[in-house]
Amino acid sequence: MADALFLTHILAQLVAGAGSVAVGTNSPIPAAATLLAREQAAAKGKKTVISILGSPRHSPFTDGGRELFDFAAQGRLDAFFLGGGQIDGAGNINLLSIGDPARPKLRFPGSFGSAYLYSLVPNIILFREEHSPRVLVPKVDFVSAAGSGPDQTFRPGGPRWLVTGRAVFRFDGQAFRLHSIHPGESLEEVTALTGFSFQLDQDFGATPSPDSETQALLQGPVTRELAFAYPRFAARHFTH
Amino acid sequence: MAVTFELIRRHARHLSLVAAPVSGLQSDLLIGAGAVRQLEAAAISLGEYGFAHRFTAALKAGSLIMRDATCPALHAGFQAAEKGVPFMPLRGILGSDLLSLRPDWKVVQNPLADVPDPIVLVPAIRPDIALFHAPLADHHGNVWVGLRRELMTLAHAARRTLVTVEAIFDGNLLEDPLRAPGTLPHPYVEAVALAPNGAWPLALAEHYPADADALSRYAEASRTQDGFEAILKEWLHG
Repeated sequence: MADALFLTHILAQLVAGAGSVAVGTNSPIPAAATLLAREQAAAKGKKTVISILGSPRHSPFTDGGRELFDFAAQGRLDAFFLGGGQIDGAGNINLLSIGDPARPKLRFPGSFGSAYLYSLVPNIILFREEHSPRVLVPKVDFVSAAGSGPDQTFRPGGPRWLVTGRAVFRFDGQAFRLHSIHPGESLEEVTALTGFSFQLDQDFGATPSPDSETQALLQGPVTRELAFAYPRFAARHFTH
Repeated sequence: MAVTFELIRRHARHLSLVAAPVSGLQSDLLIGAGAVRQLEAAAISLGEYGFAHRFTAALKAGSLIMRDATCPALHAGFQAAEKGVPFMPLRGILGSDLLSLRPDWKVVQNPLADVPDPIVLVPAIRPDIALFHAPLADHHGNVWVGLRRELMTLAHAARRTLVTVEAIFDGNLLEDPLRAPGTLPHPYVEAVALAPNGAWPLALAEHYPADADALSRYAEASRTQDGFEAILKEWLHG
C-alpha cells in the first residue's frame, strides 16, 4: 500500500491548475494534497484559493458554515475531495449505511455535504485509502450522491477521479476506468480487490512517484502547514 | 458541553436534536444517556476519534428516529427560518437517496425557468431552543461568536437562545467596531451563563484544543453501554 506522502502527491496532481480547492472534515491526506498543490502553483506564479475545514489558518471564509456551499453553488469552487463507505463503478457513493437506513447493519457518520457538492463542483476527487471489495462494490446500498444524472437537471459537477491506496481510476462520465496502479501493485491483485467491473483507461500505466522537487515541498512547507490543520497526523506521517 | 452534562444530570428525556449541521460527542452523550427521541443531522461522528458508538447502537436498536440530511440543507433550513419564509430552494441533491428518506424535502420545477429545471425545496427549521458555547458575552446579553457566524443564523432561526461563555466582557460588545460584526445582539439571547472551559473535552477554536486523552478514552469506552456509563459517571461527578 502507498504511503501518505505518495498519496498526497497523487491527489495534488489531480487538482493541479485548479483556482480553488476545498477539503472537508477529517481528511488529512486531501488537506496535505491541497497544501502541496498550492505550493506547486505558487512556484509557477499562480494563486490557489484553499479551504481546509476546521483550520482557520487555511480558510478565507467569514460568513459561517454556509459560505463554502454558497461559493460552490455559484461555481466558484473548482475542486473538492470526497470519500465513501461504499463506492460503485458508476460513481455513486454511500456515506450513510449498509442495510435499511432506519435499522442499519453498519452505520457510517452520514452524508455530510456530499449530496450537494457532488453535483456542483466540477472536479470531485474521490479518495479512499482502503481498496477492497467491501468498499469498491458493484452497487452501493444507499446513494448519498449519484455519480451522474439525473437527466435534464442543473449539474455542473461530478466525480473525475477515484484514488485508493493501490490505484487511480478515471471517471468517463458513466463509469470508472482503471488509469494507473501504484508501485508494487499488480493488475491481477487490483482487479481481485475491486468489487465493480471496469475497463482499462486508454493510457493505462503506472502511477508516477513524486520527483525530488515534490519531495522537498512535502517535507518542507507542506509538513509545516499541515501541522496547523492536523497536528497528530502530521507528526505521525510527515516527519522524518 | 457544560449544559449537555447538566441535561444528563437532570435526566432530560424525549429531546429532538437538530445539528448545525453535524454533531459528535454532544449527541452521542445525550443518546447514550437516553435523552434523545429524534435527531436531525448531516453526520454524527467523533471526527478523528472514529464513529459515535452510542448513536450507532441506538439506530441499530431502533430506539432513535434519524432524520438524515446534508450540510447545506440544514444551513438553508435555518436561513429560511431567520427570513420568516417557509422554505429555501437549494441546488444539488437531485439523484440522492436522501430525497426518499426526506419526504418533507420537495422537488419542484423552477417557476422562473422556461426549460425543465427541477430544484429542491427544504422546509424552514425553527428550533425551540438554540444552545451553544461562545468565547465572550457582556452584561447586556450580547454574545461574541467571531467567525462562527452559523451560530448567529441559528439564534435568528430559533425561538429561544441559551448560551454559555468562557468569560464576561465588562463593556458593551456592540460599541466595539471590531467586535460588533461578530456579535449576536441581545434581542435574540434569552440567557447567558458563565462556564469557563465549557466546551471540554472538545476544543474551543482559537481558545483551547480538544482534550485528546479524554476523547480517545471516550471513543474506546463508549463501544459498550457499560463502558459508556462508567465514563459518563466519572465525567458527571469528576
